[in-house]
Amino acid sequence: MASDNSISNNSTSNNYVEIRGMSFSRGDRLIFNDIDVDIPRGKVTSIMGPSGTGKTTLLRLIGGQLKPMNGSITVDGQNISSLRRKQLYAARERMGMLFQSGALFSDINVFENVAFPLRVHTKLPEDMIRDIVLMKLQAVGLRGARDLMPSELSGGMTRRVALARTIALGPDLVLYDEPFAGQDPIAMGMLVQLIRLLNDALGMTSVLVSHDVSEALSISDHVCIIADGKIIGQGSPKYLKEQGTPLVKQFLQGLPDGPVPFHYPATDYKTDLLTGN
Amino acid sequence: MLGYFRKLGASTMHSLSVLGRSGLFLWNSLVGIPDLRNGMPLLIKQLYSVGVLSLVIIVVSGLFIGMVLGLQGYNILVDYGSEQAIGQMVALTLVRELGPVVTGLLFAGRAGSALTAEIGLMKATEQLSSMEMMGVDPLRRIIAPRLWAGFISMPILAIIFSAVGIWGGMLVGVDWLGVYEGSFWANMQSSVSFEKDILNGIIKSLVFGFVCTWIAVFQGYDSTPTSEGISIATTKTVVYSSLAVLGLDFVLTAVMFAAF
Repeated sequence: MASDNSISNNSTSNNYVEIRGMSFSRGDRLIFNDIDVDIPRGKVTSIMGPSGTGKTTLLRLIGGQLKPMNGSITVDGQNISSLRRKQLYAARERMGMLFQSGALFSDINVFENVAFPLRVHTKLPEDMIRDIVLMKLQAVGLRGARDLMPSELSGGMTRRVALARTIALGPDLVLYDEPFAGQDPIAMGMLVQLIRLLNDALGMTSVLVSHDVSEALSISDHVCIIADGKIIGQGSPKYLKEQGTPLVKQFLQGLPDGPVPFHYPATDYKTDLLTGN
Repeated sequence: MLGYFRKLGASTMHSLSVLGRSGLFLWNSLVGIPDLRNGMPLLIKQLYSVGVLSLVIIVVSGLFIGMVLGLQGYNILVDYGSEQAIGQMVALTLVRELGPVVTGLLFAGRAGSALTAEIGLMKATEQLSSMEMMGVDPLRRIIAPRLWAGFISMPILAIIFSAVGIWGGMLVGVDWLGVYEGSFWANMQSSVSFEKDILNGIIKSLVFGFVCTWIAVFQGYDSTPTSEGISIATTKTVVYSSLAVLGLDFVLTAVMFAAF
C-alpha cells in the first residue's frame, strides 16, 4: 500500500488517466483498436459517440473491471490493468462510479446507502458518519429523503442519491455512465449543475459518458469522441466544433445524414422500385 | 462424425471452464484473513435468512416424514411381531439417510433458490459492480457470508429435521398405535451409534450444505444479468443441487456404511 501511495503521490502528469495503444475485444468483435486517450487532471471530460461504440466499456476498463488485450491504462500513475486484486480494490477507493441505473442497494435506505462506503472503509464514529452523510445528501438536495427506501425514489432522485454515495469518500476520479439518460429536463438540469459544481468544489477529475451532446458539452473542458473502435476526435468542445472532422461535426450537430449515412446500404432506389422485385 | 467430436470437445471445454471459474470463485470468497468487525453482523444476518427462515419447512417436513415412517414401519414390523423395533427403524432411517438428504433437497429448494435469485438480481441491477467500484470486494462482502451461513445452517437444520422426525415417529408409533414407549426409546438407544450413525449423518449434511450453497451462490454470481438469465440460474441451482445431494449421498453411504 505504501508503494502504491508513493506512486500516486509522485504522479505529476497533467493527465489523471492515460490510455496508450489499448485494444479490447468481446469475442470476435473488436471494440477498441489501438486507441490513445488522455483524461486531464481536475477537468470534466466527456466521452461521446454513437450507440454501441464501447463508451461504457471504456469506463469499465478505466475502473479495472475489464482488462485490455493490449496497451496500458494508467490511472494516477498506476497501470490499472496490471494491479493485483488487493491493489486494484485499494486504487478503487480513490475512484467513484455513477451507474446508469444508480445501483443503490435495495435492502437499505438512502442514509445507509450513502453511509455504506464510509462504514466499510473508515473507522469514523457514528456521529461523524451521520454528519458526512447529511452533508453529502445536502449537496445533492436530498437531505430530507434520508429515510426513504430506493424503491420510493424517482429516477432523478435515485441518481442523485447514487451521486452522493459516489462522492462520500471524496474520490479523486468520478466516472459517470450516462447520467442524463431518461431524465426529465429539471432532473437533467440538476445533474448537469451538480457534476460541474462537485468537480470544481472537490477538486476531482470527472469522466462523463453521454449521448446528450448539448448538456455534456456545456460542462465539459475536454471531449473525446469514439466511433468504429477509434478515437475520431479529442480536444476542447470549441476546438471540436470548429476544427473537427465531418464525422465529429455530424455527431456534435446531430445531423441525420453525413459520414454516418441515414440509409442502410442498399441497391439504387429507382432501380429497386422499377424492377418490381 | 467429426462434428460430433467437435461438439463433445466444446462441451467438455465449457464444463471445465465453468468448473475452474467456480473453483476460483470459491477460493477468492473464502481464503483470506476474516474481517470479524464487518463480517460477523453480515454472517448473523445471513444465518437468519438462510437458516432461521428455513426452519418452518424443515420442521413441518421432518414431522410428517417421521409420522409416515412410524406408520409404514409399524405396518411392516407388526406382521413379524417386531413392532417394538419401530423406534430403532425410524431413528436409523432419519439419522443416516432421510435427515441429511431431505434437508439437503429442501434447503436447495428454499434457501438455494433464494440465494441464486438474490445474487443474480444484485448483478442485474449493477449492485455488485457498484460495490466493486467502491473498492469493496463483493466476493468477501456478499458471497462469503452466504457461503458460511449455508455451511453452518445445513447440519443444524438436518439435526433438527431428524429430531422432529423421531418425535413424529413416536407420536404415531407410541401415542397412536400403542407401541410400548420403553421399547421404543430403549431399542433406539441401543442400536443407534453416535460415531457410526449420528456423526456420519452430520458429515453428510456438512457436505450437502457445502455443495448446495456453493452451487447456489455461484449460479447467481455467474448468471446472465437478465430476468431470463436469473430464471435459468435459479432452475439450475435446484436441479444441480438436488442431483448433487442424491449422487453424493450414494458415494458417502458407500464409503461410510458399505461392508467392504
